[in-house]
Amino acid sequence: MFSFQTIIDNFPVLLGAARYTLLISVLGCIEGLILGALICAAALSPKLWLRRCAALYVSFFRGVPLLIQLLAAYYLLPVIGINVPALVAAVLTVGLCAAAYLAEVLRGSLNAIPKGQAEAAAAIGMAPRDVWVRILLPQALKIGLPAIVNELILLVKASSLVTVVGIVEITRMSQSIAAATYRPLEIYLAAAFIYLAINLVIAQAGRILERRLTV
Amino acid sequence: MMETLHRYGPDLLTGFGFTLLSWALGTVLGLALGFVIEIARRFGPRALGYPIRAYVEFIRGTPFLVQLFVLYYGGPLIGLRLDALPAGILGLTIYGSAYFTEILRAGFDAVPLGQIEAARAIGFRNTTIVMRIMVPVMMVSALPALVNFAIILTKETVILSMITVPEIMFQTQTMMSETFAFVTPILILALFFWGFIETISRFGRRLERRFTHYLIDRT
Repeated sequence: MFSFQTIIDNFPVLLGAARYTLLISVLGCIEGLILGALICAAALSPKLWLRRCAALYVSFFRGVPLLIQLLAAYYLLPVIGINVPALVAAVLTVGLCAAAYLAEVLRGSLNAIPKGQAEAAAAIGMAPRDVWVRILLPQALKIGLPAIVNELILLVKASSLVTVVGIVEITRMSQSIAAATYRPLEIYLAAAFIYLAINLVIAQAGRILERRLTV
Repeated sequence: MMETLHRYGPDLLTGFGFTLLSWALGTVLGLALGFVIEIARRFGPRALGYPIRAYVEFIRGTPFLVQLFVLYYGGPLIGLRLDALPAGILGLTIYGSAYFTEILRAGFDAVPLGQIEAARAIGFRNTTIVMRIMVPVMMVSALPALVNFAIILTKETVILSMITVPEIMFQTQTMMSETFAFVTPILILALFFWGFIETISRFGRRLERRFTHYLIDRT
């Protein structure tokens, strides 16, 4: 029989674990945006080797499944002498992967900004760095907002994979509860609905933010 | 090194076979189910709209891993007792169907209404309109998104290892835990997947060009 009582009893614990899901996806998204902006700048740079590196980065991180990236980082970091907690490794890896996708998002939105703006900024004597930070990036972020929100939702879902490196977020927590209560159906469904709720909230927040930003 | 390869080579190869099998079946069945759902939404009774939307939102709003857990570990409680491989393929099918439905919907929406009305005016039946007018026109605009999602599904197949489907990731992990060599196998697996995805993306782009070359030439 489907037991709602099991869900009610374990719901607070699952919600508590959602903190880690949110932590990993939000930090991963921020890291991805910062790195993604750098990669995007490299992809649009006049120097050929920079463009090549950016293309290689994007191709690698989009071509390798995140699960493999996470395990590779988990096993590789200690070998090359970097001893960090699993949580840090997970956030770093998720962010590296998000950067590849966000770089493409930013590149797409930069193309939508009229060329004249960067030229005008350069003409009145702004340094290239200022043109990026003050003219191009703010607008690219605004134009790319729907895609960035979408990426954040993807990250919330992708964060379920960090269970393989032992971080107790929603999925890992639901695994232990399911093992302890012998009620996998109820517990995993409850976990699924928590993810769904988080994503619906993010999507709605994104829509509100979008409306605020478009004048 | 040679000894390890000799010992585990066949397993890894079988694993890759299972990866390909679950990907191919998951994509084809997912596309078929997505098509059926989209046709039901378009031509079925209006009351179907809400459950279909709920289905799509649920599948797209939850992680694939959790869906697999519900199916594989939760399934037996409602009498759905599946082995790992069929459960994995069914999981991929369900997961894919929700995304494919949305891609097909956008594709069908882009079919000019006049063409459908014209077909109806000269007396085409609904099935003929779908198969002879809507699907060919839709394929042109939806193909890039369909190919793209099929490529995304390749990467999702490694998640099947979490419910013990003996695909390549699972085989690699078995090998790693038996030989205590961790870094090299996982890096090789990463490079292997990179090459694999690059290859099928290239193939996908060629397929797209074949279907849409006349569009590109015109603009």
